[in-house]
Amino acid sequence: MEIFTYGFMQRAFLAVTMVGLLCSTLSFFVVLNKLSFMGAGISHAILGGIAIGVLTGINPLYSGGIFAVFIALLIGYMSKYGKIQEDTLIGIFFSSGMALGITLISFKEGFFPELFSFLFGNVLAVSWDDLRFLAVVMAVVFLFVVVFFKELLTISFDEELAKANGLPATALYLGLLVALALTIIVSVKVVGVVLSSALLVIPAAAGFRFSKNYRFMLLFSILIGLFSGFSGLTLSYLYNIPSGAAIVLFAAAVFFISYLNLVLSKLRRNRGKELQL
Amino acid sequence: MSRQPVVKTINLCFSFNGQEVLKNINLEITAGEMVGIIGPNGAGKTTLLRLLLGLLKPSSGHVELFGLGPDKMGEKRDAVGYMPQRTNFDRNFPLSVLDVVKMGLVTSSVFGRPFSRGHLEKAKLSLEKVGLLSLKDKHFGELSGGQQQRAFLARALCKEPALLILDEPNTGLDLPTQYHFFSLLQELQQAENLTVVMVSHDLAVIARYANKLACINRAMHVHGTPPEVLNSPLLEKAYRCEYEILFGRERG
Repeated sequence: MEIFTYGFMQRAFLAVTMVGLLCSTLSFFVVLNKLSFMGAGISHAILGGIAIGVLTGINPLYSGGIFAVFIALLIGYMSKYGKIQEDTLIGIFFSSGMALGITLISFKEGFFPELFSFLFGNVLAVSWDDLRFLAVVMAVVFLFVVVFFKELLTISFDEELAKANGLPATALYLGLLVALALTIIVSVKVVGVVLSSALLVIPAAAGFRFSKNYRFMLLFSILIGLFSGFSGLTLSYLYNIPSGAAIVLFAAAVFFISYLNLVLSKLRRNRGKELQL
Repeated sequence: MSRQPVVKTINLCFSFNGQEVLKNINLEITAGEMVGIIGPNGAGKTTLLRLLLGLLKPSSGHVELFGLGPDKMGEKRDAVGYMPQRTNFDRNFPLSVLDVVKMGLVTSSVFGRPFSRGHLEKAKLSLEKVGLLSLKDKHFGELSGGQQQRAFLARALCKEPALLILDEPNTGLDLPTQYHFFSLLQELQQAENLTVVMVSHDLAVIARYANKLACINRAMHVHGTPPEVLNSPLLEKAYRCEYEILFGRERG
């Protein structure tokens, strides 16, 4: 219990709890809508926004957040109305956002130690201000998801039906992308630009292996997100390894266990059928 | 007193990327009719349905459902049930049969509001009508093709529409399953006095159940009762194919 006596660890656990809840909830929609590449694209592109903050003196989380929302809306809008494939746009913004970030950071004179923490996360450096920002983002994203859950699920399964039923499917999709962008920016503090997309895929991908019912898939996804966060953070404290990497590795391990569980249960079913014959 | 048509298109035209997909389609469908839209592949049948639903905007001309343009229907849109093609969905999506049917009730009139107990009852009643209530908790992807089609029909019916629009409902179904599906549809249509508009490329099956056919291939070639359409020389012109090849038998 010594781990909880330090202020920085208390803040780290709070951050991991909120980011775990947010990422695993959003990962449910990322997996169902096949938006994994979108998550990776936005998370890398926001380096441009973070660099703008670093150069101008604005909190990089705020500049990165605005930049992430702008990129997400631009990709969503251009793919819906600009007749350009979504993955093509993501590929373009993924690399050009990073290139912008690298170029802008090169203008800053001297050593820039924060860059490493933006790339790979540093949950132990989370401040109370960061936590307040995280709480506001969590409230906004959860409000959107809870109020429009059935509509988001419907557009994920059958967008054509949603439109025929008079739902603003494009606006809801853009709303989902904004929620995704905001989730990515707050997860950057915990796991960094490079690893944040993993938390937007793995929890629901693993949850999907455990259940064919979306309610349980979402529940498993949240439990896996929280479990990976707590376990990874504890492990990083005990063995002095980078916390972001430890959290992602824990989530990946749960995914492979869930996959193994699926393979084994299929084998058991086939064996049962053979025995019946 | 003249009855207002349920569906009316006036000189309806649609172009995509400068290419004319539909030209001057004039169609009138009255309450209680079961109309089959037929035509060869690429004739613009699905485009016509999408125009009726307001999913596409006409290049010129206009569409009226119950006397209103699709963008002016508001909550009256709930009077239109739609069943898209079965091929356009993910079989692994984690939904039960009842979850899929309930999606038919996710309309603009309940936007951002939770479902009531009445919504759940409507979805169950709809499943009962198509004989799938006992499978309500089964994973949707595990149903057979025919059962999935019946579940989609239940989804289209659960908001108790007056007009039902179906896009290629027999795609991917074997012949007995197609007949079973259309018999059920006909039974429900008669019991609830539904107006049905369905698209199919399969002439023989649709002609057996529809009481009117409209044959299109970019333009309207012929429309009328099934015997009138099937015996019209314009049918061969629309399909650019001889009658014997279309039906595998002599005319008559």
